[in-house]
Amino acid sequence: MTSCIRRAAIVCALLLVALLVNATRIQVFQAGSYDDNPANRRQAIARYSQARGDILVGGAPVTSSEDTGEQLRFERRYRDGPLYAPVTGFASQAYGTSLLENTEDEILAGTDPLLGPVPGWNDLTRDRSPGGRVVTTINAAAQQAAFQGLGTRKGAVAAIEPATGRILALVSTPSYDPGRLSGNDASVKEAWTQLNADPEKPLLNRAIHQTYPPGSTFKVVTAAAALEEGAVGDVDRPTDSPDPYRLPGSEAQLSNEVNGCEDASVRYAFEWSCNTVFAKLGVETGLDAMAGMAQRLGFNEGRLTIPLPVSASNFDTRMDDAQLALSSVGQFDTRATPLQMAMVAAAVANGGSVKSPRLVDRTTTDGGATVRTAGVRTLRQAMSQSTAMRLRELMTGAVEEGTGKNAAIPGATVGGKTGTAQHGVGNTGTPYAWFISWAQADGALEPAVAVAVVVEDAAADRADISGGGSAAPIAKAVMKAALNLPAAPRSDPRRDASAKPSPASPPGNRWPARRQ
Amino acid sequence: MTGPTADTAAPTAVPAVRLPRRRGTELALLGLAVLLPVYGYCAVGLAKSGSVPPGAVGYGAGLGALALLAHLAVRFRAPYADPLLLPIAVLLNGIGLVLIYRLDLETPADRAAPTQLVWSTLGVGLFIGVVVVLRDHRVLQRYAYLSVAGALVLLMAPIFFPAVNGAKIWIRLGGFSIQPGEFAKVLLAVFFASYLAANRNALAYTGRRIWKLQLPTGRVLGPIVAIWLFSVGVLVLERDLGTSLLFFGLFVILLYVATGRTGWVAVGLLLAALGAFAVGSLEPHVHSRIEDWLHPFASIDAGQGPGQLAQSLFAFSAGGMLGTGLGLGHSILIGFAAKSDFILATAGEELGLTGLSAIILLYGLLVERGFRAGLALREPFGRLLSMGLASIVALQVFVIAGGVTGLIPLTGMAMPFLAQGGSSLVTNWIIVALLIRISDSARSQYDGTAPP
Repeated sequence: MTSCIRRAAIVCALLLVALLVNATRIQVFQAGSYDDNPANRRQAIARYSQARGDILVGGAPVTSSEDTGEQLRFERRYRDGPLYAPVTGFASQAYGTSLLENTEDEILAGTDPLLGPVPGWNDLTRDRSPGGRVVTTINAAAQQAAFQGLGTRKGAVAAIEPATGRILALVSTPSYDPGRLSGNDASVKEAWTQLNADPEKPLLNRAIHQTYPPGSTFKVVTAAAALEEGAVGDVDRPTDSPDPYRLPGSEAQLSNEVNGCEDASVRYAFEWSCNTVFAKLGVETGLDAMAGMAQRLGFNEGRLTIPLPVSASNFDTRMDDAQLALSSVGQFDTRATPLQMAMVAAAVANGGSVKSPRLVDRTTTDGGATVRTAGVRTLRQAMSQSTAMRLRELMTGAVEEGTGKNAAIPGATVGGKTGTAQHGVGNTGTPYAWFISWAQADGALEPAVAVAVVVEDAAADRADISGGGSAAPIAKAVMKAALNLPAAPRSDPRRDASAKPSPASPPGNRWPARRQ
Repeated sequence: MTGPTADTAAPTAVPAVRLPRRRGTELALLGLAVLLPVYGYCAVGLAKSGSVPPGAVGYGAGLGALALLAHLAVRFRAPYADPLLLPIAVLLNGIGLVLIYRLDLETPADRAAPTQLVWSTLGVGLFIGVVVVLRDHRVLQRYAYLSVAGALVLLMAPIFFPAVNGAKIWIRLGGFSIQPGEFAKVLLAVFFASYLAANRNALAYTGRRIWKLQLPTGRVLGPIVAIWLFSVGVLVLERDLGTSLLFFGLFVILLYVATGRTGWVAVGLLLAALGAFAVGSLEPHVHSRIEDWLHPFASIDAGQGPGQLAQSLFAFSAGGMLGTGLGLGHSILIGFAAKSDFILATAGEELGLTGLSAIILLYGLLVERGFRAGLALREPFGRLLSMGLASIVALQVFVIAGGVTGLIPLTGMAMPFLAQGGSSLVTNWIIVALLIRISDSARSQYDGTAPP
């Protein structure tokens, strides 16, 4: 009997061992897949159990978190939601996150390991740091000016500080209030369905995710390539250009919207936007030089992140001369995001050096201690200093003498280029009015802002001047806001410092940067 | 180890070898068994509201007083009893109260901890009663047939009451609901032990031999199989499969230990497999349980959200190695029966694999002490009874813990001492009282030959 009792005891022991083995299987080996199961609400509960960190513009948060007392406790709220939606994106309990809310989610949600007292600490204690802050480079005044300038029209604005790549404004209209998507109730679902079904695509960030034919603004690139390549010696010498211009190898004729383009000088052609001169100039410069200049300025680059991923702008690298001629005036397959064209203007303003554009100045803990800072990064030297200087002259001329007069700002040097692009089958789509420019306050050492504006403008006729008509005033308002010119322009060397948007510094930020 | 004291002992009538009584050890362990749940109670309050719950002192004093009374009863009426049994029971009961209190905070409208505290008091009262009144466990042998009659009445009673949650195992009287099947377990164990002790030779050595199987005569085996079949039949009718599985396992184990015939185990397992297959394919209630076990995430794939078993698995996995900490998990997502059948999921999530293993090892220790008491005894009834009672605990833990962790199909059953449910709690206190009584006999009669 004793041996039978021992055997029975062994059976009971085996049963308990089986329990332990199975518990280990579930709690250790399968825990990952169970924890990540979308039906498991624990991750969502943990994620929304604390206030989400804020996104700051000009030192003030444009977001906040509201304690709803529900199972998923904290919901996102937005100040001036539509104004900053192309920057913040949304943070929805039901539909995930987008834009900065998405790319900076680890900081905002407090899961970034660098937020903890010691990296890896939170994994050990199963704790979550308070949500960190994301300090953007956005200049509130410039953003506001761009948003108000676009008004009810469909379009986008991107503004950059040329010397640093800091993005001062990033606006897309029509916009939406991301706060409508924050929660998880029926109204959120309704808003989501409605926003996605809207033919105006309010969720689309046109400034970085939509490419447009750049039209005549691309002539800046063409001129840069031609100057760099030596295809143009003296910009004031008449060129041997017919009007209309027959596209090489084809019967198609390219004409102009303005007079005086036949044999016009490059300066005149730039100021008054002669298609014929630049189409011919592009062909003379050659495909390789044209494509090289476009790519150095950022075209055909699909991996740019600011840290939002930016859609690639396109300049074909294989085409015949007729296509090259059209491409040289920003038509055919040439397409650019507004941010890309702002980078072109910034490169000219910054002596040919292309700085990596960025939207996030730094991230901090909720106490204000810096977690990461973004430094100035040069992507490449797109053109020589002298080419950039000559282009600045051409662009200044276009504002002072030519099509861009609407962008002139007293007390500052402004260079710009207008553009209009037709699109759609038989060019029946609403034309796009473009304006790209840069501005340098008098007495400042360097231009403080470069901007690109695109407006879908029903009123834009085929006249190139329409870019100057509807887009240039918006660019002017943005540049004025970014330059922060005093009411009465004075020649004061210290104005340069005030012209630059001061880096946003939240209150209580007294700690030195801990990490780079 | 007690050699020196034995040599210098006065020449009285005491046996040559006396085992130490170990009551001091028991008291020290009881102190620990009271302090741990009080600490857990405070930890829940600190995690949920940032302050020590107001009732912490009263709760600790109450639990301590109960433990002390039980200890005194053991000290005076069963001085040689195994010193581990009572502290384990108090600790498990205390942990159960903490877990239920913790879950109560998520369901303010439905508070179970106060009721459970009343039942705990009642359970300890019955424990003391059994230890004090029952001077010798062999007395029970006389009441074998009374026990089985009582067990059958208890098992049949709920048939006349309305079903609760698909199972007819409750009797509702006023505000209290009783599960008579829980008490029947002890009575059946007493009957099986007594009957098998009396007839084990006849079962083992008489009857005809078919192939390699020695079948006993029908006269001997008939009553026991009939009663077993009857009890299992009643349980199937009541749709309480956990308990019928438990009875079946108990029956097979005791039969094997009594007769030493491996053939019984084979026949038993064959019968179990046939029964399980038949019930599993014919009974829709059971069939759905098996489907849930095989495909715990089927309801998620079907877009209906996670089922109870899936939620239970999520809770265990969320605990990981060290657990979230008391009060910081979300096992309440399991919903219905989170405080009773699924209480182990809360332990798994908030105490982690570490805490869960500790709890399972506590059960293992309890079962081991039961078996050890049986081994130390010389007479078969006591051996079989302690074996049976220990096996009840082991099987019950396996059936319910295996069910909520997806090892076997889920059957509604209470985790001994932990789960919300008065009948189960009281029954387990009686089981521990009987084990205390048996171990006292075993260790006081120790003659220095068998392992204590």
